[in-house]
Amino acid sequence: MCLAVPGQIEDLRQNDQATVRMQGNTVEVCTTLVGPVERGEWVLVHAGYAITKIDARQAAETWELLNEMVSRASDDAGNP
Amino acid sequence: MSQQIEQLRQRLCSAGEAAGGTVRIMEVCGTHTMEIFRQGIRSLLPANVKLISGPGCPVCVTSQGFIEVAVRLARQHGVLAATYGDMVRVPAAAGSLEQARAGGARVQVVFSARDALDVARENPKWEVVFVAVGFETTAPATADALLLAEREKIRNFSVLAEHKLVVPAMLALLEGGQARIDGFMCPGHVSVIIGSEAYRPVVEQAGCGCVVAGFEPLQIMQCLTRLVEMAAEEVARLENVYTVAVSAEGNRRAQQLIDQVFERGPATWRGLGQIEVSGLRLGQAYRQFDAFERFGLTLGTEPEPPGCRCGEVIMGNIEPPQCPLFDGVCRPTQPVGPCMVSSEGTCQAWWKYHRVRV
Repeated sequence: MCLAVPGQIEDLRQNDQATVRMQGNTVEVCTTLVGPVERGEWVLVHAGYAITKIDARQAAETWELLNEMVSRASDDAGNP
Repeated sequence: MSQQIEQLRQRLCSAGEAAGGTVRIMEVCGTHTMEIFRQGIRSLLPANVKLISGPGCPVCVTSQGFIEVAVRLARQHGVLAATYGDMVRVPAAAGSLEQARAGGARVQVVFSARDALDVARENPKWEVVFVAVGFETTAPATADALLLAEREKIRNFSVLAEHKLVVPAMLALLEGGQARIDGFMCPGHVSVIIGSEAYRPVVEQAGCGCVVAGFEPLQIMQCLTRLVEMAAEEVARLENVYTVAVSAEGNRRAQQLIDQVFERGPATWRGLGQIEVSGLRLGQAYRQFDAFERFGLTLGTEPEPPGCRCGEVIMGNIEPPQCPLFDGVCRPTQPVGPCMVSSEGTCQAWWKYHRVRV
């Protein structure tokens, strides 16, 4: 529950909701905690809420780390 | 190993040597706990620098009494419990939420607080209770969903909340804990909300160094190096190496939402007991959404599962392998305590990454 994941604002919806692209997936995210957002901006998403805006470089670095975590977790699952 | 990390390791080792005795650094974030293990950070540290996993996993610090109330409520006729994924497997005397669901109770895992509100919209004949735990990162989300429920007059929605505040727990550990702590690696995403200045009392009142860190190996090493250097110099400072995401003042909008909906009060932490002004309860104006009031519930003081030493693990008094249940009857597939349930729990981190060496 501590982990936040970067995503890029793809589309703006009603009620401070936005469609956010996270690598291959799109998810509905609430943007009320970060104020107005624009398409193309990057945010850190925690439990369905954008908690801060970040830049594209930071987003890319964070995804690199997350992908490593996922691949390591898969290795562990296969070899307990 | 990158050159920068190697340079930091050398600095850290020199500082460790200069410090002389044991330097004990506590992290208070479940993701830090997992990342430190996964990245093999412990293997880079000199023998006298010890890392302790503190109360950083929200599910792990949730009191047993709250878990018991949540499971009992989920079993009530007409109630649909919506909660985060980590919560459903935490054992209570009456079984976990997952077991309650297997027995016919309606328990739904949600991704966000607004999803819980959607569940209420979609199930108007059910009393939908959002079982909400977490630190300052999830509390604003609960507040937002509750305000939306009020605005849209969604009357079958309520919140069973046990949100907690990180800094009071850090202070309580320093004041009353058995484990000596020389520095805190402060949580990355909680700090996005509360801001790095929130740790000022830990530094100035309690004299303990604090460094806010992100999750990349370089940041974790920077943080540890600075904390060991502070210990060697016998000074306590507040520093932030995660400035791309964490500002001094934090996320004001999120803080305002917390202040609008909640009031601060005592809270019971697994292991730490009751700590004054360390929790959030719904403010007077929002009590109609409080599941405790709506269903006449009171928080009990149920004991932790027999033999479980999660409380001592959370306080940093013991390491998981010192618990007699660890890797025997308590495993991720069949957890006894919450630290083995949660993917961010200290016991699960040790089980995954450190088991072969103990």
